[in-house]
Amino acid sequence: MSDSVNPILAADGTPLKKKLGQALFRSRVQAFGLVVPLLAFVIVSFIVPIVVLLWQGIHDSRYAELMPGSTLALSKWDGITEPTEEMYSALVADLIEARKQKTIGKVATRVNRELSGTRSLFTSTARRAARLAAPYKDALVEVNVAWGEIETWQAMKVASRVYTPGYLLAALDFSLSADGTVTRKPENRRIHIKLFLRTLEISVVVTVACLFLGYPIAYLLSSLPLRTSNILLILVLLPFWTSLLVRTTSWIAMLQAQGVMNDLFVAFGITGDDDRFSLIYNKTGTLIAMTHILLPFMILPLYSVMKAIPPSYVRAAKSMGATDWTAFWRVYFPQSVPGIGAGVLLVFILAIGYYITPALVGGQDGQMISNIIDFHMRKSLNWNLAAAIGLVLLVIILALFWIYDRIVGIDNLKLG
Amino acid sequence: MVEVSAVEISGVDKAKERRKTLSDASEKSEFVVFERVQKSYDGETLVVKDLNLTMARGEFLTLLGPSGSGKTTCLMMLAGFETATHGDIFLAGRPINNIPPYKRGIGMVFQNYALFPHMTVGENLSFPLEVRKLGKSEREEKVKKALDMVKMVGFEKRRPAQLSGGQQQRIALARALVFEPELILMDEPLGALDKQLREHMQFEIKHLHERLGITVVYVTHDQSEALTMSDRIAVFNDGVIQQLSNPDDLYERPENAFVAQFIGENNRLKGTIESLNGKIVHVAFDDGCQSKALAVNCGGKGSRTTLSIRPERVALGWDEESNTTRGEVLELTYLGDHIRYRMNVHGNPDFVLRLPNTSGHAELAVGESAKISWKSEDCRALDP
Repeated sequence: MSDSVNPILAADGTPLKKKLGQALFRSRVQAFGLVVPLLAFVIVSFIVPIVVLLWQGIHDSRYAELMPGSTLALSKWDGITEPTEEMYSALVADLIEARKQKTIGKVATRVNRELSGTRSLFTSTARRAARLAAPYKDALVEVNVAWGEIETWQAMKVASRVYTPGYLLAALDFSLSADGTVTRKPENRRIHIKLFLRTLEISVVVTVACLFLGYPIAYLLSSLPLRTSNILLILVLLPFWTSLLVRTTSWIAMLQAQGVMNDLFVAFGITGDDDRFSLIYNKTGTLIAMTHILLPFMILPLYSVMKAIPPSYVRAAKSMGATDWTAFWRVYFPQSVPGIGAGVLLVFILAIGYYITPALVGGQDGQMISNIIDFHMRKSLNWNLAAAIGLVLLVIILALFWIYDRIVGIDNLKLG
Repeated sequence: MVEVSAVEISGVDKAKERRKTLSDASEKSEFVVFERVQKSYDGETLVVKDLNLTMARGEFLTLLGPSGSGKTTCLMMLAGFETATHGDIFLAGRPINNIPPYKRGIGMVFQNYALFPHMTVGENLSFPLEVRKLGKSEREEKVKKALDMVKMVGFEKRRPAQLSGGQQQRIALARALVFEPELILMDEPLGALDKQLREHMQFEIKHLHERLGITVVYVTHDQSEALTMSDRIAVFNDGVIQQLSNPDDLYERPENAFVAQFIGENNRLKGTIESLNGKIVHVAFDDGCQSKALAVNCGGKGSRTTLSIRPERVALGWDEESNTTRGEVLELTYLGDHIRYRMNVHGNPDFVLRLPNTSGHAELAVGESAKISWKSEDCRALDP
């Protein structure tokens, strides 16, 4: 009341709040100035490429740009009735132009994604397009009967959409038809959902395995005298200084049919020489190698949290009559939960996007979703689908992160 | 090394009334016994050397000593967190070397309280009752009683982090008391508090001890804390109990030079024994002057000795019956209720005199040479 009437003034007569704002503004500008170089670097080299790439998952203007006439004609078509002569003539004009501009290959590739086998249809027809005369419908059908089939035109209509949910739907094993209806792909072609589920399964198993293997080690590290624990910590960190590829390939040497593990199993009579375990180039190999590689990411946050738990808590619990187990479970464990939270989140998020290790040791059924993204980026060159799968993966991770925040609480997380 | 016999102390009487189950007198006077206990961590040095100690039921015993003197190790061995390398520890006549800590039934207050941060105050207090499988209503009743004891009723729902240091201290105390152990160990429990609160808590702990008649082993390195609270004090140094006695004996009749120096302020004068005459020795200082002293812990004629005189037992001026000498005033500090003079006496430049600030007291200036005197019985000849 008196404050609002007579605001407190600074020594030079300006209101104190304003003065404080000015003083803080300067320091804020300074702080911002310090992070500008890094911020610019991150935006240019990281955020912009990611956004541009992900954008391709829902945006594909190739057909619309290269075949403007037929795009216009296709947009008027309902996708069910017989294609009109207008559409055929627009197509021929576009084909002639595309051949002249040498862009017909791109167009053919684009449509081929919607209906396989149409690539040669486009390229061969484009070669002869300049010689065709009206009526174009009959002329085109004469060149190739496929032009008379409605599926060809439906594929072109889908391809002509600039903003398309088609890739996202494909990432989830659905297909988009020309009239806008969404149908599930036939069972033998649903590969993405299976891969997403397998990726989640492998990530969960690896995370749980890391937790069970890492917790006792972290506990040991934190309770040993400093000299001993430092030596052990170096052993934990040693893998970090070795190349990921080297570690993965050494697992191949360990686990392959004629490898160290199988030799040992045979030597101890656990299995016969002609009946060796297949430990690699399958899911087992992926699980073993990933657990080993990601284990330090579980141990380190656990260790740093456990290190900060004074031994007096457990001692206090025991002095009050708690057995070793009760003291651990009721007093020590709850205080190590922030470390578990951090380790689990770290390992899970690293695991869900893991690529090199499954690619090398995964074989057929040890592949993960990032391997299929890689396939579309480098082999099939369908970047749009790769971007769409990446987008789905990102959404899944964000959703899991949200669930994690609701259950565990993101502030209940400590890295050190 | 000091051989210890149990001393009956007033205030133990209440404890006797409380515990009628053990009528055997030795059970009462030998509640906690350390017998020839040794402890080594590395197999090379002994942290605790041949410790013998007997505590009576209801006693408040303080283990006092500089850090690294072995006092906390003794406490940890009693609590069961460290095992004795050699020797036996008895609790109520039972050897406890092989009993795990959770079966010993000893309450403990830790240096940093060790209140479980993920539990509320109420949960912290009911924890020892839960592990004893007490019913809910009984737990609530006992928790309330314990909180009442430390005047913290109404704080059940708070978390330890929401309490001040002094409040946490009280809760830690209540938690150690709530399951009604007969023995409570306290490991420098007031170390983290500020001076005023510490002094206040000293009296509260003391009063709780008197009211409940529990037995307390208290570890501290703060000598004034030890003097204020204890029935008896064991002064530790170098893994050995240097002296075990009640506070006034410890201050007025130290038995060796370490105790004299460690407890309170002390003046040391080094000299050689000239002659021994019953309880009085004649000591010659290195500058040739002589003084008479009480023979306490010194060798025979010709051996070196350290004389110990408390600053407040040195008087200004000459006295016919006392030892007299001269000292040069090096520094004077005005402390309100008294004035502290630092003097050079017989080659010791750290000889301190403490004169009460009475009306008309003598005033000395720096550089002045003053006559001082002390009584022979206030001057104790100790080990060199």
